[in-house]
Amino acid sequence: MGAQLRVYRQKIKSAQTTKKITKAMELIAASRIQKAQARVSASTPYSRAITRAVSAVATYSNVDHVLTTEPEKIERAAIVILTSDRGLAGAFNSQVLREAEELAELLRSQGKEVVYFLVGRKAVGYFQFRHRESERQWTGSSENPEFELAKEIADAVLESFLRDASDGGVDEIHVVYNTFVSMMTQTPTVVRLLPLEVVEGVAEPDATVQPLYEFEPDVETVLDGLLPVYIESRIFNALLQSAAAKHAATQKAMKSASDNADKLITDYTRLANNARQAEITQQISEIVGGADALVAAK
Amino acid sequence: MAALNVSVVSADQEVWSGEAAMVVAKTVEGEIGILPGHEPMLAILAGGEVRVTLPGGEKITARAEDGFLSVQSNSVQVVASRAELS
Repeated sequence: MGAQLRVYRQKIKSAQTTKKITKAMELIAASRIQKAQARVSASTPYSRAITRAVSAVATYSNVDHVLTTEPEKIERAAIVILTSDRGLAGAFNSQVLREAEELAELLRSQGKEVVYFLVGRKAVGYFQFRHRESERQWTGSSENPEFELAKEIADAVLESFLRDASDGGVDEIHVVYNTFVSMMTQTPTVVRLLPLEVVEGVAEPDATVQPLYEFEPDVETVLDGLLPVYIESRIFNALLQSAAAKHAATQKAMKSASDNADKLITDYTRLANNARQAEITQQISEIVGGADALVAAK
Repeated sequence: MAALNVSVVSADQEVWSGEAAMVVAKTVEGEIGILPGHEPMLAILAGGEVRVTLPGGEKITARAEDGFLSVQSNSVQVVASRAELS
Protein backbone atom coordinates (compact mmCIF):
# COMPACT_ATOMS: atom_id res chain seq x y z
CA MET A 1 0.00 0.00 0.00
CA GLY A 2 1.25 3.46 -0.87
CA ALA A 3 2.36 5.76 1.90
CA GLN A 4 -0.03 8.48 0.78
CA LEU A 5 -3.00 6.15 0.95
CA ARG A 6 -2.11 5.07 4.45
CA VAL A 7 -1.93 8.70 5.61
CA TYR A 8 -5.40 9.43 4.25
CA ARG A 9 -6.88 6.32 5.84
CA GLN A 10 -5.40 7.35 9.18
CA LYS A 11 -6.92 10.82 8.88
CA ILE A 12 -10.32 9.39 8.04
CA LYS A 13 -10.19 7.11 11.05
CA SER A 14 -9.22 9.93 13.41
CA ALA A 15 -12.01 12.17 12.06
CA GLN A 16 -14.47 9.33 12.59
CA THR A 17 -13.42 8.86 16.20
CA THR A 18 -13.69 12.58 16.87
CA LYS A 19 -17.10 12.62 15.29
CA LYS A 20 -18.29 9.84 17.58
CA ILE A 21 -17.27 11.88 20.60
CA THR A 22 -18.76 15.18 19.42
CA LYS A 23 -21.97 13.46 18.39
CA ALA A 24 -22.31 11.91 21.85
CA MET A 25 -21.65 15.26 23.52
CA GLU A 26 -24.23 16.90 21.27
CA LEU A 27 -26.88 14.38 22.29
CA ILE A 28 -26.03 14.68 25.97
CA ALA A 29 -26.21 18.48 25.82
CA ALA A 30 -29.54 18.30 23.98
CA SER A 31 -31.07 16.17 26.70
CA ARG A 32 -29.67 18.42 29.42
CA ILE A 33 -31.14 21.56 27.87
CA GLN A 34 -34.61 20.20 28.50
CA LYS A 35 -33.83 19.57 32.13
CA ALA A 36 -32.16 22.94 32.63
CA GLN A 37 -35.05 24.74 31.00
CA ALA A 38 -37.51 22.87 33.18
CA ARG A 39 -35.58 24.09 36.22
CA VAL A 40 -35.72 27.66 34.96
CA SER A 41 -39.47 27.48 34.57
CA ALA A 42 -39.92 25.65 37.89
CA SER A 43 -38.21 28.52 39.67
CA THR A 44 -40.37 31.23 38.12
CA PRO A 45 -43.30 30.98 40.60
CA TYR A 46 -40.83 31.77 43.39
CA SER A 47 -39.23 34.75 41.71
CA ARG A 48 -42.62 36.02 40.57
CA ALA A 49 -43.99 35.83 44.11
CA ILE A 50 -40.99 37.67 45.49
CA THR A 51 -41.05 40.34 42.81
CA ARG A 52 -44.73 40.89 43.50
CA ALA A 53 -44.09 41.21 47.23
CA VAL A 54 -41.21 43.62 46.71
CA SER A 55 -43.27 45.78 44.40
CA ALA A 56 -46.11 45.69 46.93
CA VAL A 57 -43.80 47.05 49.59
CA ALA A 58 -42.48 49.66 47.18
CA THR A 59 -45.98 50.75 46.27
CA TYR A 60 -47.59 50.80 49.70
CA SER A 61 -44.81 52.28 51.76
CA ASN A 62 -42.18 54.90 51.31
CA VAL A 63 -39.42 53.58 53.46
CA ASP A 64 -35.84 54.04 52.42
CA HIS A 65 -33.74 50.97 52.79
CA VAL A 66 -29.99 50.72 52.66
CA LEU A 67 -30.21 48.32 49.72
CA THR A 68 -32.36 50.64 47.63
CA THR A 69 -30.70 53.97 48.25
CA GLU A 70 -28.16 55.18 45.77
CA PRO A 71 -24.91 56.09 47.49
CA GLU A 72 -23.77 59.63 46.85
CA LYS A 73 -20.42 58.68 45.48
CA ILE A 74 -19.61 55.29 44.06
CA GLU A 75 -15.97 54.48 44.69
CA ARG A 76 -15.87 50.80 44.02
CA ALA A 77 -18.04 48.54 41.90
CA ALA A 78 -18.22 44.76 41.89
CA ILE A 79 -18.80 42.59 38.87
CA VAL A 80 -20.12 39.07 39.33
CA ILE A 81 -19.21 36.97 36.28
CA LEU A 82 -21.08 33.74 35.66
CA THR A 83 -19.25 31.31 33.39
CA SER A 84 -19.25 27.55 33.06
CA ASP A 85 -16.85 25.02 34.53
CA ARG A 86 -16.17 23.31 31.25
CA GLY A 87 -15.33 24.53 27.80
CA LEU A 88 -16.35 23.07 24.44
CA ALA A 89 -19.22 25.49 24.30
CA GLY A 90 -18.24 27.78 21.45
CA ALA A 91 -18.19 31.45 22.32
CA PHE A 92 -20.19 30.94 25.51
CA ASN A 93 -17.47 31.85 27.99
CA SER A 94 -15.49 34.26 25.86
CA GLN A 95 -18.52 36.38 25.05
CA VAL A 96 -19.49 36.75 28.69
CA LEU A 97 -15.90 37.55 29.66
CA ARG A 98 -15.67 40.11 26.87
CA GLU A 99 -18.90 41.72 28.06
CA ALA A 100 -17.47 41.87 31.59
CA GLU A 101 -14.27 43.47 30.32
CA GLU A 102 -16.25 46.13 28.49
CA LEU A 103 -18.28 46.84 31.59
CA ALA A 104 -15.13 47.07 33.71
CA GLU A 105 -13.65 49.48 31.18
CA LEU A 106 -16.77 51.63 31.36
CA LEU A 107 -16.81 51.63 35.16
CA ARG A 108 -13.13 52.53 35.30
CA SER A 109 -13.68 55.41 32.91
CA GLN A 110 -16.24 56.69 35.42
CA GLY A 111 -13.54 56.69 38.05
CA LYS A 112 -14.67 53.57 39.88
CA GLU A 113 -12.46 50.82 41.12
CA VAL A 114 -13.56 47.36 39.96
CA VAL A 115 -13.52 44.14 41.99
CA TYR A 116 -14.58 40.75 40.70
CA PHE A 117 -16.62 37.84 42.01
CA LEU A 118 -16.12 34.82 39.79
CA VAL A 119 -18.38 31.85 39.27
CA GLY A 120 -17.19 28.94 37.15
CA ARG A 121 -13.78 27.46 36.48
CA LYS A 122 -13.46 29.24 33.13
CA ALA A 123 -13.62 32.71 34.67
CA VAL A 124 -11.19 31.67 37.39
CA GLY A 125 -8.78 30.30 34.80
CA TYR A 126 -9.06 33.46 32.73
CA PHE A 127 -8.12 35.58 35.74
CA GLN A 128 -5.36 33.28 36.91
CA PHE A 129 -3.73 33.28 33.49
CA ARG A 130 -3.62 37.07 33.52
CA HIS A 131 -2.48 37.22 37.15
CA ARG A 132 -5.45 39.30 38.15
CA GLU A 133 -7.06 39.56 41.53
CA SER A 134 -10.58 38.53 42.39
CA GLU A 135 -12.54 38.89 45.60
CA ARG A 136 -14.26 35.51 45.76
CA GLN A 137 -14.47 32.45 43.53
CA TRP A 138 -16.95 29.61 43.23
CA THR A 139 -16.32 26.60 41.05
CA GLY A 140 -17.66 23.13 40.49
CA SER A 141 -21.42 23.48 40.42
CA SER A 142 -22.26 25.73 37.52
CA GLU A 143 -23.74 22.87 35.46
CA ASN A 144 -26.43 22.10 37.95
CA PRO A 145 -26.69 25.07 40.29
CA GLU A 146 -28.35 24.56 43.65
CA PHE A 147 -30.12 27.26 45.60
CA GLU A 148 -27.45 27.04 48.30
CA LEU A 149 -24.90 28.36 45.81
CA ALA A 150 -27.12 31.33 44.98
CA LYS A 151 -27.49 31.97 48.69
CA GLU A 152 -23.76 31.85 49.23
CA ILE A 153 -23.10 34.27 46.39
CA ALA A 154 -25.87 36.57 47.58
CA ASP A 155 -24.50 36.53 51.12
CA ALA A 156 -21.02 37.36 49.89
CA VAL A 157 -22.06 40.25 47.67
CA LEU A 158 -24.45 41.63 50.29
CA GLU A 159 -21.74 41.46 52.91
CA SER A 160 -19.33 43.41 50.75
CA PHE A 161 -22.09 45.84 49.75
CA LEU A 162 -22.92 46.59 53.37
CA ARG A 163 -19.28 47.06 54.34
CA ASP A 164 -17.95 50.60 54.30
CA ALA A 165 -16.09 51.71 51.21
CA SER A 166 -13.08 52.52 53.40
CA ASP A 167 -12.96 48.86 54.51
CA GLY A 168 -12.92 47.64 50.94
CA GLY A 169 -16.67 47.40 50.55
CA VAL A 170 -18.38 48.05 47.25
CA ASP A 171 -21.14 50.52 46.42
CA GLU A 172 -22.52 48.93 43.32
CA ILE A 173 -22.92 45.37 42.10
CA HIS A 174 -23.32 44.16 38.54
CA VAL A 175 -23.94 40.64 37.29
CA VAL A 176 -22.82 39.47 33.86
CA TYR A 177 -24.25 36.20 32.57
CA ASN A 178 -25.57 34.47 29.48
CA THR A 179 -29.32 34.44 29.02
CA PHE A 180 -31.01 31.59 27.26
CA VAL A 181 -32.90 33.20 24.39
CA SER A 182 -33.42 30.14 22.24
CA MET A 183 -31.62 26.96 21.27
CA MET A 184 -29.59 28.95 18.77
CA THR A 185 -29.04 32.23 20.62
CA GLN A 186 -27.54 32.93 24.01
CA THR A 187 -26.85 36.57 24.70
CA PRO A 188 -24.54 37.95 27.37
CA THR A 189 -26.51 40.21 29.69
CA VAL A 190 -25.47 42.80 32.25
CA VAL A 191 -27.76 43.48 35.18
CA ARG A 192 -27.18 45.95 37.97
CA LEU A 193 -28.14 44.06 41.08
CA LEU A 194 -27.46 46.62 43.78
CA PRO A 195 -28.52 49.24 44.68
CA LEU A 196 -31.90 47.84 43.82
CA GLU A 197 -33.99 49.71 41.37
CA VAL A 198 -37.50 49.00 42.54
CA VAL A 199 -39.55 50.00 39.57
CA GLU A 200 -42.51 51.99 40.76
CA GLY A 201 -45.95 51.09 39.57
CA VAL A 202 -45.29 47.51 38.62
CA ALA A 203 -47.84 46.19 41.13
CA GLU A 204 -50.67 44.07 39.83
CA PRO A 205 -53.51 46.00 38.22
CA ASP A 206 -56.02 44.55 40.71
CA ALA A 207 -54.03 46.03 43.57
CA THR A 208 -54.92 49.61 42.71
CA VAL A 209 -57.98 49.76 44.98
CA GLN A 210 -56.26 48.55 48.12
CA PRO A 211 -54.55 51.35 49.93
CA LEU A 212 -54.17 49.26 53.07
CA TYR A 213 -51.37 46.82 53.43
CA GLU A 214 -50.46 45.34 56.72
CA PHE A 215 -46.86 44.50 57.44
CA GLU A 216 -45.93 42.15 60.17
CA PRO A 217 -44.00 42.94 62.32
CA ASP A 218 -43.33 46.26 60.51
CA VAL A 219 -42.24 47.64 57.15
CA GLU A 220 -38.54 47.86 57.99
CA THR A 221 -38.30 44.29 59.20
CA VAL A 222 -40.24 42.98 56.24
CA LEU A 223 -37.96 44.84 53.86
CA ASP A 224 -34.91 43.59 55.75
CA GLY A 225 -36.12 40.05 55.27
CA LEU A 226 -37.43 40.46 51.77
CA LEU A 227 -34.71 42.27 49.88
CA PRO A 228 -31.90 39.74 50.50
CA VAL A 229 -34.30 37.02 49.40
CA TYR A 230 -35.04 39.03 46.29
CA ILE A 231 -31.32 39.26 45.54
CA GLU A 232 -30.94 35.52 46.11
CA SER A 233 -33.72 34.72 43.73
CA ARG A 234 -32.27 37.05 41.08
CA ILE A 235 -28.89 35.34 41.37
CA PHE A 236 -30.46 31.89 41.37
CA ASN A 237 -32.38 32.78 38.23
CA ALA A 238 -29.19 34.05 36.58
CA LEU A 239 -27.39 30.81 37.51
CA LEU A 240 -30.14 28.65 36.06
CA GLN A 241 -30.30 30.74 32.90
CA SER A 242 -26.57 30.50 32.50
CA ALA A 243 -26.65 26.72 32.95
CA ALA A 244 -29.37 26.33 30.32
CA ALA A 245 -27.49 28.63 27.96
CA LYS A 246 -24.31 26.63 28.50
CA HIS A 247 -25.98 23.41 27.43
CA ALA A 248 -27.49 25.08 24.39
CA ALA A 249 -24.11 26.54 23.45
CA THR A 250 -22.45 23.14 23.88
CA GLN A 251 -25.05 21.52 21.70
CA LYS A 252 -24.56 24.12 18.97
CA ALA A 253 -20.76 23.89 19.12
CA MET A 254 -20.78 20.09 19.08
CA LYS A 255 -23.22 20.01 16.20
CA SER A 256 -20.98 22.14 14.06
CA ALA A 257 -17.99 20.02 15.11
CA SER A 258 -19.82 16.87 13.98
CA ASP A 259 -20.74 18.54 10.69
CA ASN A 260 -17.15 19.56 10.20
CA ALA A 261 -15.95 16.01 10.89
CA ASP A 262 -18.44 14.75 8.30
CA LYS A 263 -17.04 17.15 5.73
CA LEU A 264 -13.47 16.14 6.53
CA ILE A 265 -14.35 12.46 6.18
CA THR A 266 -15.90 13.06 2.75
CA ASP A 267 -12.91 15.08 1.57
CA TYR A 268 -10.36 12.55 2.76
CA THR A 269 -12.34 9.64 1.33
CA ARG A 270 -12.19 11.34 -2.09
CA LEU A 271 -8.45 11.89 -1.76
CA ALA A 272 -7.92 8.31 -0.57
CA ASN A 273 -9.89 6.95 -3.53
CA ASN A 274 -7.82 9.11 -5.84
CA ALA A 275 -4.60 7.83 -4.32
CA ARG A 276 -5.75 4.21 -4.54
CA GLN A 277 -6.71 4.63 -8.19
CA ALA A 278 -3.36 6.23 -8.97
CA GLU A 279 -1.60 3.31 -7.30
CA ILE A 280 -3.57 0.74 -9.33
CA THR A 281 -2.86 2.62 -12.57
CA GLN A 282 0.80 2.66 -11.73
CA GLN A 283 0.82 -1.07 -10.96
CA ILE A 284 -0.92 -1.90 -14.27
CA SER A 285 1.51 0.16 -16.26
CA GLU A 286 4.39 -1.54 -14.45
CA ILE A 287 3.02 -5.00 -15.30
CA VAL A 288 2.37 -4.03 -18.93
CA GLY A 289 5.82 -2.54 -19.18
CA GLY A 290 7.39 -5.64 -17.65
CA ALA A 291 5.52 -8.01 -20.00
CA ASP A 292 6.56 -5.88 -22.99
CA ALA A 293 10.19 -6.08 -21.90
CA LEU A 294 9.99 -9.89 -21.52
CA VAL A 295 8.45 -10.23 -25.01
CA ALA A 296 11.13 -8.01 -26.51
CA ALA A 297 13.92 -10.01 -24.79
CA LYS A 298 12.90 -13.31 -26.42
CA MET B 1 -68.04 32.77 50.78
CA ALA B 2 -65.15 32.98 48.45
CA ALA B 3 -62.32 30.56 48.89
CA LEU B 4 -58.68 31.36 49.30
CA ASN B 5 -56.30 30.77 46.47
CA VAL B 6 -53.25 29.32 48.11
CA SER B 7 -49.85 28.52 46.70
CA VAL B 8 -46.84 27.25 48.58
CA VAL B 9 -43.69 28.05 46.65
CA SER B 10 -40.08 27.08 47.29
CA ALA B 11 -37.01 28.33 45.48
CA ASP B 12 -36.91 25.60 42.88
CA GLN B 13 -40.54 24.61 42.48
CA GLU B 14 -44.18 25.19 43.34
CA VAL B 15 -44.86 22.82 46.21
CA TRP B 16 -48.61 23.02 46.36
CA SER B 17 -51.37 25.19 44.99
CA GLY B 18 -55.13 25.11 45.12
CA GLU B 19 -58.22 26.40 46.90
CA ALA B 20 -58.52 26.46 50.64
CA ALA B 21 -60.90 27.61 53.36
CA MET B 22 -58.30 28.65 55.88
CA VAL B 23 -54.55 29.02 56.23
CA VAL B 24 -52.74 29.00 59.56
CA ALA B 25 -49.12 30.04 59.60
CA LYS B 26 -46.57 31.05 62.18
CA THR B 27 -45.07 34.47 61.71
CA VAL B 28 -42.39 36.09 63.83
CA GLU B 29 -45.15 37.66 65.93
CA GLY B 30 -47.08 34.47 66.50
CA GLU B 31 -49.62 32.27 64.80
CA ILE B 32 -51.97 33.85 62.37
CA GLY B 33 -55.08 32.44 60.76
CA ILE B 34 -56.25 33.71 57.43
CA LEU B 35 -59.81 33.41 56.22
CA PRO B 36 -61.23 34.64 52.92
CA GLY B 37 -61.57 38.41 52.86
CA HIS B 38 -58.44 39.05 54.89
CA GLU B 39 -56.81 42.42 54.41
CA PRO B 40 -53.66 42.59 52.28
CA MET B 41 -50.70 41.59 54.37
CA LEU B 42 -47.03 40.80 54.15
CA ALA B 43 -45.50 38.91 57.03
CA ILE B 44 -42.25 37.19 57.79
CA LEU B 45 -42.59 33.53 58.66
CA ALA B 46 -40.91 32.17 61.74
CA GLY B 47 -40.33 28.79 60.19
CA GLY B 48 -42.34 25.75 61.04
CA GLU B 49 -45.66 24.40 59.93
CA VAL B 50 -48.15 26.04 57.64
CA ARG B 51 -51.56 24.41 57.92
CA VAL B 52 -53.96 24.68 55.03
CA THR B 53 -57.59 23.64 55.52
CA LEU B 54 -59.25 22.62 52.30
CA PRO B 55 -62.91 23.54 51.59
CA GLY B 56 -63.85 19.91 52.31
CA GLY B 57 -62.31 20.04 55.77
CA GLU B 58 -59.17 18.08 54.96
CA LYS B 59 -55.89 19.44 56.17
CA ILE B 60 -52.55 19.81 54.48
CA THR B 61 -49.40 20.65 56.37
CA ALA B 62 -46.28 22.05 54.84
CA ARG B 63 -42.97 22.92 56.38
CA ALA B 64 -41.55 26.24 55.35
CA GLU B 65 -38.23 27.67 56.38
CA ASP B 66 -37.26 31.31 56.40
CA GLY B 67 -39.82 32.71 54.06
CA PHE B 68 -42.71 35.08 54.04
CA LEU B 69 -46.43 35.12 53.69
CA SER B 70 -48.30 37.44 51.41
CA VAL B 71 -52.04 37.91 51.33
CA GLN B 72 -53.72 39.94 48.63
CA SER B 73 -57.34 39.85 47.54
CA ASN B 74 -57.98 36.26 48.63
CA SER B 75 -54.76 34.92 47.21
CA VAL B 76 -52.29 33.64 49.74
CA GLN B 77 -48.69 32.92 48.93
CA VAL B 78 -46.33 31.12 51.21
CA VAL B 79 -42.86 31.73 49.83
CA ALA B 80 -39.83 30.07 51.35
CA SER B 81 -36.39 29.18 50.11
CA ARG B 82 -37.10 25.66 51.33
CA ALA B 83 -40.59 24.25 51.66
CA GLU B 84 -42.04 20.77 51.55
CA LEU B 85 -45.26 18.98 52.32
CA SER B 86 -45.24 16.86 55.42
